[in-house]
Amino acid sequence: MTNSIRELEDAKVIFVIGSNMTEAHPVISYYVKRAVQKGAILIVNDPRRIDLVNWATMHIQHKVGTDVAYINGLMHEIFANGWAKEEYLRECTENPEVIREVAAAYPLERASAICEVPIEQMKEVARILGEAEAVSVCYTLGITEHICGTDNVKTLANLQMVLGNIGKRSAGLNPLRGQNNVQGACDMGALPDVFHNYQPVANPEVSAKIAKAWGVDKLPTKPGYKKPTIIDKALDGGTKILYCVGDNAVQSDPHMAHTIRAMQSLELFIVCDIFPNITTPYAHVIFPDTSWAEEDGTFSNTERRMQRVRKVLTPPGEARPHWWVLQELGKRLGKDLGFTSANAIWEDMRSSSTGFAGITWERIHQYGLQWPCPTLQHPGTPFLHAQGRFSRGKGLFHAVEWIPPAEWADEEYPFVLSTGRRLWHYHTRTQTGNVAGLEAIFPEELLEINPEDAEKLGISSGDMVRVSSRRGSIEVKAWVTDRSPRGVCWCAFHFEDACANVLTNNAFDPVTETAEYKVSAVKIKKISDGVGWDTPIRRQARP
Amino acid sequence: MNIELNGKIYEVEPGQTILEAARSHGVYIPTLCYHAKTGGVGKCRVCVVEVEGMRGIVTACTVQVGEDMKIVTESPSLRKHRKMVVDLLLSAGHHDCLSCAQCGNCELQDVAYSLGLTHPSFPQPERKPEDLSSEFLVFDETKCIQCGRCIQGDNCTVINDTLGFAYRGADTKVSFDHDLPIGSSSCVQCGECVQLCPTGALTDKKARGLGRNWELEKVNTTCPYCGVGCQMTLHVDRKQNRIVRVTGREDAFNEGMLCVKGRYGYDFPSSPKRLTHPMIRKNGVLEQVSWEEALDYTATRIKEIVDRDGPDVFSAFGSGRITNENNYAIQKFTRAVIGTNNVDHCART
Repeated sequence: MTNSIRELEDAKVIFVIGSNMTEAHPVISYYVKRAVQKGAILIVNDPRRIDLVNWATMHIQHKVGTDVAYINGLMHEIFANGWAKEEYLRECTENPEVIREVAAAYPLERASAICEVPIEQMKEVARILGEAEAVSVCYTLGITEHICGTDNVKTLANLQMVLGNIGKRSAGLNPLRGQNNVQGACDMGALPDVFHNYQPVANPEVSAKIAKAWGVDKLPTKPGYKKPTIIDKALDGGTKILYCVGDNAVQSDPHMAHTIRAMQSLELFIVCDIFPNITTPYAHVIFPDTSWAEEDGTFSNTERRMQRVRKVLTPPGEARPHWWVLQELGKRLGKDLGFTSANAIWEDMRSSSTGFAGITWERIHQYGLQWPCPTLQHPGTPFLHAQGRFSRGKGLFHAVEWIPPAEWADEEYPFVLSTGRRLWHYHTRTQTGNVAGLEAIFPEELLEINPEDAEKLGISSGDMVRVSSRRGSIEVKAWVTDRSPRGVCWCAFHFEDACANVLTNNAFDPVTETAEYKVSAVKIKKISDGVGWDTPIRRQARP
Repeated sequence: MNIELNGKIYEVEPGQTILEAARSHGVYIPTLCYHAKTGGVGKCRVCVVEVEGMRGIVTACTVQVGEDMKIVTESPSLRKHRKMVVDLLLSAGHHDCLSCAQCGNCELQDVAYSLGLTHPSFPQPERKPEDLSSEFLVFDETKCIQCGRCIQGDNCTVINDTLGFAYRGADTKVSFDHDLPIGSSSCVQCGECVQLCPTGALTDKKARGLGRNWELEKVNTTCPYCGVGCQMTLHVDRKQNRIVRVTGREDAFNEGMLCVKGRYGYDFPSSPKRLTHPMIRKNGVLEQVSWEEALDYTATRIKEIVDRDGPDVFSAFGSGRITNENNYAIQKFTRAVIGTNNVDHCART
């Protein structure tokens, strides 16, 4: 997030797109709802009728996978009415002519034809955004899990720069990160092209500096492969060893059959985890890991705040912290990595980073600190690019054209399947599947399907249906609900036996290699009558 | 601005209530319905004080301080008044401190203790069954003093719009939706109401009978679920090696608020299904081995393959679930020991 969570409460306009935050980030949704109580305008842009719509001023149901066309259309209207912040464009951005050109190509008629949002609604949204003093944009995987995910994010950045909303309080561009420490995994350089603190591996000076800090002669400067490529390469022998920590990849990656074939092709597959899952059966070696309550350390949250995690339990059996395993392997491979404790590792990291250099465990004993925090006196950074002074100098617009999803509904596969998260579960359920209570509330996956579609197919809530894509098929119970728009069905990947990722498309964004989880073409067939159930109208994402 | 509190002069902020001003200087005024998050509502009438020039007694949580205001917080008549109010609250229900989950952490118990009330002196109503219909919350109507904190929290803090007062007069009660059992209502079980409840009316179901408040060690940590990173306090039974309950930290950015997973999804570490020993596949079957054997085998195999095919056939996945330190460790291992940049994690998937 460019900005901080608490700032949302004071926002005047909040534009939420592709984010089911009452389920996936409930505490952030509390602040958004508070803002609405204080009079803020909330625009929820989502093909699905998610719970947050109950608090929204407007709900825009654009067609799945048309975000770029929709936002470009809004920018066209913003420029046409003189709502663009011209001074900001002049002073704070490098190439405003680029965005004028892009917006000019998306008159409302064209944009509306693509995204299927009525022109009047688009005009109203553009007016609200254009006239607002500040707009906070929140997005999640509804934006990124497309073959054009990078384009989607760039388009939102374009919008916020046109509106002059980067670099001030209660505004900005705010991705809500999904997992507890996915921000931290990036911060710490578990990425193929950067070290910790986003220092590029291909930069010879950086590489030399880190090599010196780590006490090695040299480090590889060719960026590595991204996760989907690593998995693909297992099939042609390019990947022979996979060392996998805390990642149930078979269940969480798209096109499950493909992932399994890749795992089976590995010569050495090492898995380090806290529970057996559907990935562990393919392992050659399993290391039992400690859980979140069994070791000391830190997590980085979505607002870049680094916070402490503490050991309160003795781990079961022989489970050991993962860094200890790596230290032992390092020794056996001829290198003492110096991992003597989690805090020692933190200090090792800190000594060769600049943006985190001011963050010590002592300083975050009570409250976390938000990076950048370069010195021990620095108070941390609640929002980035203050006064429109961007980290890179001036804001850069990217010309982005809309492209359709890799796969779309056709005669054979007439529905679009989209996926996401439910309130009651987390990711592949390795944690929540072992929590008394959550399993009882939501014990099995449900396919959400629009009432009109269900009627045509003769499906009632509770019936078992078979959902098939070009990649596989699952059997799942149907939930007939207007949460799904016509033509779109939805289920999550929490349950291994009715998992959306059997069906999802392994088509990727070319830059980030994020898969298009949000769009797969499927067909639905009823296989048996269910018991059915009464569906009282409840806002809690369960039937 | 200055006020005189029990004969002493204190500097206070204009706009503060008498209660807030007194608290900021460590002067205790008992109260039950006030909470910093839900504000003063003047319902419980326990925080009454005397203000010179004002008629009768006033509630400290609703009256703002004024220049040179003279306030008395303790007097025989105030004590008598408070005693009557608390006696009536105790008499209106069944506050079974012996077995109550909140014992030792109960604001009503504290107030009764400070006033020297030993037992309710009025006839008590009939007992009513607890609402045990939900997975995580228990509502015991007979312990409810109708302070309204839970309702205020539900409607103005986490804003789930589930709780409200139902019925009138003596029948007034806290209700979930239109007086539905919690388990059938729209309650998302975030537990904010439990955290705000000053008595044992709303309690955590999973923590029942597992440890008294004073026996549990309190340790602050970060939630293991989504990327919001809410700050929480674990209430730990060290002897049993288990987490008994979780509360949100009011002083952190999440203001004590959590969601159902954060507040109640804490027991997975104690699951008997955990992986507990290193294993190696031998003749197609995963077998339990010692750390020594597992590490030696793994290091040897890595070395063989990398020596044969070069470092780029090695890849590692860090994780969005593990700590920063563990993610840093895996990138350093991959780059410095193996010599490849093939390290990534689940941010893309």
